[in-house]
Amino acid sequence: MDTQALLQVDGVSIDYRTPQRVVRATHRVSFDVHAADRFVLLGASGCGKSTLLKSIAGFIPPTEGQIRLDGRSVTRPGPDRVVVFQEFDQLPPWKTVRENVAFPLLASRSVGRREAAERAALYLDKVGLSKFADVHPHQLSGGMKQRVAIARALAMQPQVLLMDEPFAALDALTRRRMQEELLALWDEFRFTLIFVTHSIEEALVVGNRIAILSPHPGRLRAELNSQFGLHSLGGVEFQATAQRIHRLLFDEPGAVAPGSVEADLRAGERLAGPAVIRPSGSPPFQIAV
Amino acid sequence: MTAPIVSTLAQAFDAAARVPPVRPEVEHVLPPLVGVAPVQPLPLGARVWQQTWLRRLVILAVLAVLWELVARWQDNDLLLPTFLQTARALVEGLASGELIDKTAISLSVLLKGYAAGILGAFVLTTLAVSTQLGRDLLSTLTAMFNPLPAIALLPLALLWFGLGQGSLVFVLVHSVLWPLALATYAGFQSVPEPLRMAGRNYGLTGIRYVLQILVPAALPAILSGLKIGWAFAWRTLIAAELVFGASSGKGGLGWYIFQNRNELYTDKVFAGLVMVILIGLLVEGLGFRTLERLTVQRWGQQR
Repeated sequence: MDTQALLQVDGVSIDYRTPQRVVRATHRVSFDVHAADRFVLLGASGCGKSTLLKSIAGFIPPTEGQIRLDGRSVTRPGPDRVVVFQEFDQLPPWKTVRENVAFPLLASRSVGRREAAERAALYLDKVGLSKFADVHPHQLSGGMKQRVAIARALAMQPQVLLMDEPFAALDALTRRRMQEELLALWDEFRFTLIFVTHSIEEALVVGNRIAILSPHPGRLRAELNSQFGLHSLGGVEFQATAQRIHRLLFDEPGAVAPGSVEADLRAGERLAGPAVIRPSGSPPFQIAV
Repeated sequence: MTAPIVSTLAQAFDAAARVPPVRPEVEHVLPPLVGVAPVQPLPLGARVWQQTWLRRLVILAVLAVLWELVARWQDNDLLLPTFLQTARALVEGLASGELIDKTAISLSVLLKGYAAGILGAFVLTTLAVSTQLGRDLLSTLTAMFNPLPAIALLPLALLWFGLGQGSLVFVLVHSVLWPLALATYAGFQSVPEPLRMAGRNYGLTGIRYVLQILVPAALPAILSGLKIGWAFAWRTLIAAELVFGASSGKGGLGWYIFQNRNELYTDKVFAGLVMVILIGLLVEGLGFRTLERLTVQRWGQQR
């Protein structure tokens, strides 16, 4: 067992500010992510899992606690922690697929033009999009756009690959296929992955370690291991673990069931006094340019 | 009439007890399609009519015919020369080189003012996306100066910069800067959050971030700002020359129109106006259209 974790999240609390009040999104969360982990952050909406991921990426500074990558404190976004977002508009539409994959390599000045082109070709091949290298993103389907985003992230060879519900906007069949491909890619490259999802099934399939967060504010409820793959879907053991996670998520003493109208109303009250429910997808905070 | 109602009621009542019948599973073997082309070409007429330039040409021709008819019916050369007379004056002006000279003078002043205005707008909006104070500066300045007609500043400009290109460029900058800065800033603000974060993720900051992420992402808004700015610049320039005569020493197109109106060469006045229109059409049709086709349309940001 080698000693130090690659990424340490140490007592991290994150607040975000609305014009009226300060809201705690994440409260004193600690966990370790080791090299080649597939670490899943699982929780209902409002548990601060995306906020936590953005904080690891360096977009939002923690209010207390520290995030350390390789022992160094994370303070701002950087190419060593590449994020794959859920939204399809993360790809600059003015660049072709090939340029999109090579762009971060050139923008971060990590490699030269020639190697950027080589890496772009390699990783595009790995996600099966070599034929579409010279096409612009708007001509691709949602699943293909996410594949480009994954190829782009892998081409950077980041220390940690961060994925924020990357398959949530895809249809169920494409999502299943993408999970399979992500696992195949991991088998080949053994990158370190932090993956945010709200699907118990996806967490069990994608992750080898699952952190379960409770909502309002997000606190670490449990860390579980998972050795399931897509083939174990529906198996007895798989079902049992899914049940267990379900219980951890929903049967909190004295808490409101996540996802219920009551929970949304409470979240709204926390935000703006009278119930204002923010549209899902748009973060309640603004990131200054 | 009662029978169906009764039967619907009866159905509704025992709906809970009903179960759909169990049907056997079916599999169809699909033979390959023969003789059905999934894609068919449009008929020739429709394809020709798809050409934008053709449709525009038809509109122009109809307008020209209307003009000719109205002018002939009016029958007063001094008030409204016919289309053909104007065309003749235009061709003569072009052939003698007079119109070309005037146009060149106007265009050179125009381009200087336009370029300076674009530069100013870029600096202002870059400041505005970088700092809170820059944002306030931009919104205050645009709120103050955007409603102010450029022509109203010309007397002042003439005082400060004298009779010459300087004062014209000054008012041109004024007419381009504010609308373009507003459009560009609005474009910057509508850049989707994931794209911004993706850019910052790769370590892009400052001017590289603006140039490599914000400007291309906001290009549709910037282009429409550039078009508005171009139109405003023309208006301002022609109006300045009309009101103040040859304020740049050598007169341009506006001066040409002004002079010929004084001498009652109405056909030449119209020829000057047509020249302005032609340049407008050319810049819109060749310049901006091409730019759009090569950028925002190709990138799928605009249909």
